[in-house]
Amino acid sequence: MTAVAVPPDADSPACVLDGEGVGALVRELRARGRTVIGPTVRDGAVVLAELESADELPYGWGVELEAGHYRIRRRSDTAAFAHSAGPQSWKNFLHPERVRQWSADRGPDGGVTVRAERPEPTSFAFLGVRPCDLRAIQIQDRVMTGGRHRDDAYEERRSGAFLVLVECTEPGATCFCVSMGTGPAAQPGYDLALTEVLDSAGHRFLARAGTARGAEVLRSLPRRPADDVTRTRAREDVEAAAGRMGRTMPPVDLRALMADSLTAERWDDVAARCLTCGNCTMACPTCFCTTTEDVTDLTGDHAERWRRWESCYDLDFTHLPGGSVRTSPRSRYRQWLTHKLGTWWDQFDSSGCVGCGRCLVWCPVAIDITEEAHALHQEALDRRAGGKDEAP
Amino acid sequence: MSGPQRLRPRLGVFKFASCDGCQLTLLDCEDELLPLAAEIEIAHFVEASSDIRPGPYDLSLVEGSVSTPEHLERVRRIRAESRHLVTIGACATAGGVQALRDFADVAEFRATVYARPEYIETLATSTPISAHVPVDFELRGCPIDRGQLLEVITAFLAGRRPDIPNHSVCFACKRRGITCLPVARGIPCLGPVTHAGCGALCPAYDRGCYGCFGPSASTNMPAMIPLLRGDGMSDEDILRFLHTFNTRDFAAIEPPGELGDREEGTSS
Repeated sequence: MTAVAVPPDADSPACVLDGEGVGALVRELRARGRTVIGPTVRDGAVVLAELESADELPYGWGVELEAGHYRIRRRSDTAAFAHSAGPQSWKNFLHPERVRQWSADRGPDGGVTVRAERPEPTSFAFLGVRPCDLRAIQIQDRVMTGGRHRDDAYEERRSGAFLVLVECTEPGATCFCVSMGTGPAAQPGYDLALTEVLDSAGHRFLARAGTARGAEVLRSLPRRPADDVTRTRAREDVEAAAGRMGRTMPPVDLRALMADSLTAERWDDVAARCLTCGNCTMACPTCFCTTTEDVTDLTGDHAERWRRWESCYDLDFTHLPGGSVRTSPRSRYRQWLTHKLGTWWDQFDSSGCVGCGRCLVWCPVAIDITEEAHALHQEALDRRAGGKDEAP
Repeated sequence: MSGPQRLRPRLGVFKFASCDGCQLTLLDCEDELLPLAAEIEIAHFVEASSDIRPGPYDLSLVEGSVSTPEHLERVRRIRAESRHLVTIGACATAGGVQALRDFADVAEFRATVYARPEYIETLATSTPISAHVPVDFELRGCPIDRGQLLEVITAFLAGRRPDIPNHSVCFACKRRGITCLPVARGIPCLGPVTHAGCGALCPAYDRGCYGCFGPSASTNMPAMIPLLRGDGMSDEDILRFLHTFNTRDFAAIEPPGELGDREEGTSS
C-alpha cells in the first residue's frame, strides 16, 4: 500500500532540518502537487487543515487536556509539535464523513444507467502524524482494504498520502499510547519521521526517511548530517515522553477482560453518565462505521447513493424491521468498548484503540475509556475474590 | 396557465398557531421551487397563492400548534382530506414557544397581552398536531431546514422513507469538523441532547445549540444538566434554555425536581 520501504539510515542517513528546513519541506511537498495537511490553530484548537506554508504550524502553542476538557495554551518556547491529539484525526481525510458511491439516471425510454463513482485521485501529504495516529491509519487500512470487500476509494486516498511522522515529545494528560504499544517513538510505516528538538543549540528536527520517496524528498531539503547531540537529545525527549503518559490501561489482556465483562455492573454506572451523543466514535481515529444514504431528486429520474459516518451510539445504527436492537445506552456503550478493546481482535487481528485519548477529551461528560477499563478490571478482580463465577 | 396536464400529486400547506416561518421555508426553496411545482400541484398554499383549491390532498404540510377551539375541529378536517400528513416545525411537532402557557395561567397571559381579553378565545394549552390526529411524519426545527423539507417531499414523491436521522447535533458538528464548543471553550451547548437536522448551524458560528429541533431520540438529561451547570449556567438559565421552542418535549424528559419549580409566566 505504501511506497517501498528502505532500511532506516541506509539510503538516507538521519539528518537535521532547521526551521527553514521544515518550511522547505512544506514547499517541496506542495511543489510535488501534494495537498499538505497539518496542525494549525483555529477556533480555539489545534486542528488539522490544509497548510500553504509552515508558517501556519502552531508554533508556541500547547494544549491542556483532561477528560471532557481541551484548551490551547501559549508555551514559553516556539515548539511546533508540542501538542497532542486535537479534535480531528487523519481519518477525516482518508475516510471522509460523506462520500458518493454511485449515481443512477433514468432516461426518456425508461432505461436506467448506473455510474459507479470513480475515486478522485488525491495526493495528500500529512505533516505531524503521531506514532499513535500512524497506528490508527494502519488499523483503518486493515478495516478498509484488508478483507474481501475492499474500499477502492480509500485505497486511492491512502496510497497517495505521504506521511510525515513527528515523534511525540509532549504527551497530554489524556495520552496512553505506551499502554497500547503505539508510541511515543516512531514505528515503521512513515515516509519521513521527524523529532522536534529545542535547546540552546536552536530549534531543529532530527529527520530520517522510511521509504524511497521519503528519502527523495529529504534529499531535496536544506539539511545537515545528524550530530550526536541532536540524536541523543531527540532520543531522550521521546524516552522521557514515554514516562509522562497521563493515563494507563490496566496491565491485563484487555481482550480477555472485555470478554469476561459482558455482564459487569459497571456498564450501568457508565450508562448513567453517557449522553449517547456519538462524539467519541467520531473523534476516534479508528472508528469506521458508516451508513448509506439514498438521495433522489424531485423528478425521480436521478438517484445517488452516499455513504456517511455513522455511530454505534445512534439508535438507527441497529434499526431493523421491528425497531432498534441496542435500545439501552448500556448496550451501546458496551458495544463500543468491547468492540474497541476486545472483539476488534477477532475481526481485524488487533486492538481498535491506539491510546490517543481523543474519546475522553472530546466526551462532553468526561467519560474516560481508561477509567472504565480499570473499573471493569477491578470488578473482575472483586468477582474472583468473592468466588463468584464469572460466567453469566 | 394552460398546457398538457399530468396527474400530479396535490399538495396542501396549512397553518395553525405559528409564525409562518416554516411554510416560508418552502418558498425559500428557490432553485427547487419550479421543479417542485412541475412535479406537484400546489393546491392549497395561502402564503403563496390566492388560488385555493379544495381537497383532497395527497400530501399536506401542516405548520403550527393546536391553540384554539376552532383548531380542534379544523385539524380533523385537514386530516380527513389528506392522504399523507406531515407536520413541519416546532409548533406543529411540539406545541412551539406558545406551549409555555401549558405551565402557566393562560388567563393571566391573555389579560396581560390583549387590551380586550374577552375577545380572545384560546385553549389552556398549545399542543402538537399529533396530540389530535395521526401524523405520518414529523419534521422538526424552529424553523425547519430547507434541505430536510425537500428531502421529505422528494421521499414522498419517490414513495420512500425520508432520510431524517434522529441522532444528536454532535453528529453534525463532528462531520462538519467543528471543534466542540463545551469541551474546547466551555460554551454551554444543548447539542448532545438535541435532534440533528440544522447541520450544526449555531455551533458553526460559535454559538451553543439552544435546542430548537427538540430532543434527539436518545437523551440523558440527568447527565446533561450538570454539564450545563459546569459551563456556568444557573438552574434558572437552564430552565429557560430548555423551555423555549420545544418546551413540552424537553419538559417531558427532564429529571423531576432537578431544576426546581418552573418559573415561566409567574415571574417577569
